[in-house]
Amino acid sequence: MTFILLTAVKVVAFCMVFALSLGAILTWAERKMSALIQDRVGPNRASLLGVRAFGLMHPIADAVKAFTKEDFVPAGANRWLFLTAPALAMVPPLVVFAVVPFGPGLVIAPLDTGMLFVFAILGLGVYGAVLGGWSSDNSLALLGSLRAAAQMVSYEVSMGLNVVGVFAVFGTVSLTQIVVAQGELLWGLVPKWGIVVQPLGFVLFLAAAMAENKRAPFDLPEGESEIVGYHVEYSSMRFAMFFLAEFVEVVVVAAIGATLFLGGWQIPWLDPRGQAGGGVMLAQVGAFVAKVVFLCWLQLLIRWTLPRFRYDQVMTLGWKYLLPLSFANIVVTAVVLAA
Amino acid sequence: MGKPVDRPEIDLSIQSYLPEVLRGMRVSARHFFVNLFTQRDIVTLRYPEDKRPYARRYRGHHRLMRREDGSVRCVACFLCATACPADCIRIVAGEHENKDIEKYPVVFEIDMLKCVFCGLCEEACPCDAIRLDSGVHRQPAFDRASEVCGKVDLLALGSLSAARQGGEFK
Repeated sequence: MTFILLTAVKVVAFCMVFALSLGAILTWAERKMSALIQDRVGPNRASLLGVRAFGLMHPIADAVKAFTKEDFVPAGANRWLFLTAPALAMVPPLVVFAVVPFGPGLVIAPLDTGMLFVFAILGLGVYGAVLGGWSSDNSLALLGSLRAAAQMVSYEVSMGLNVVGVFAVFGTVSLTQIVVAQGELLWGLVPKWGIVVQPLGFVLFLAAAMAENKRAPFDLPEGESEIVGYHVEYSSMRFAMFFLAEFVEVVVVAAIGATLFLGGWQIPWLDPRGQAGGGVMLAQVGAFVAKVVFLCWLQLLIRWTLPRFRYDQVMTLGWKYLLPLSFANIVVTAVVLAA
Repeated sequence: MGKPVDRPEIDLSIQSYLPEVLRGMRVSARHFFVNLFTQRDIVTLRYPEDKRPYARRYRGHHRLMRREDGSVRCVACFLCATACPADCIRIVAGEHENKDIEKYPVVFEIDMLKCVFCGLCEEACPCDAIRLDSGVHRQPAFDRASEVCGKVDLLALGSLSAARQGGEFK
């Protein structure tokens, strides 16, 4: 009974409070950050009881607006699939947080298959995009979902392959054990974080993960400024769910990236086994959150720096550069480990 | 004749994409942090709160000048209404209790939607009663009727004139 209760508390804390609210804040952060990068002010008008808080009230205003708009279903749409598609896009990124360790022992499900579970669940995310476009009875939405499917499936391959190096170095696929393993020191000095032992792996992972969650410079499936995407026919909160799912995926990528490459909840040279508890444990949770926020920031920075690829360039990059580089990374890692 | 164009050498550091990406991200990050902490480069004008200063030659809204006792200087001679090329001034004259002044405007209205702000009314006025120099920018309104500006509003912008009635200076 206490196990069920504890799990429920963790689910609410990690999925609902952390992931969803960070996703909602990211919708604001993205607009504010793009504004600052482009020498503008950004959203600052929405006020709740006279409190403006640098525009932080905008996500609330957006949510109110999304809920009060008409929920439109096209006449020719496959109604059942059309209505479930946003949920299919929203749920997988939230489920991933089941295996992400937020602190020593603070994980909903410490699965031994850890990272494989993440790939399995993230692979389901493609259904939201594909079914959303296919069921809305719109040829442009269908084309958008085809682009999304081709891109996500392509980059899943290299994303899966370039974390193999991390598995090889740490000898496990369990995220909790990977984090503990990153508490060790190289030559008794440098923390053995994934980014130290797998620098190329980190860059490849970030590129593949950003392509996987369909964000600029890989935002071909939507391409809001030029082409319409798989969610053209969606309105109100159903559209907002696709939108929010994208930002939760940003948080997922940041959380997985922080866990695999930035040492998870590890603070260098402090309590590597995670047995201290108390204040140290709180600091470690804080360290994890800080790393996640940093990686979210990095993804937004990349999104507002690079122009969008052409579609053939996306495919070329994925199959001809990232995939061979991932293989090379695996081979080099294997040779170094064997030597 | 073609003009030779310098084409940059595309070496490995450009072709491998990554160094250039990092260079771009450095530029973005610099703008982000500079504007986050100092707002130095932000060019946006937060309009209703901040306003761009007007040019010194900007004249703005009309105003009606007052006498020492606070009454309107205008003697309802209709010279401004006659001079007005836009026909935007409407005056209804009434008899003044002082026989030397003779007349005063019962109604003095300017239709601000018709006015072209040429200043001919000011030029025509023989007794420095109407001026086009308040520097006040008229706010937009939701209907045409509220853009007709009456005597009370015009007087509210006005002030005491240095000129004396009859043209003599004190």
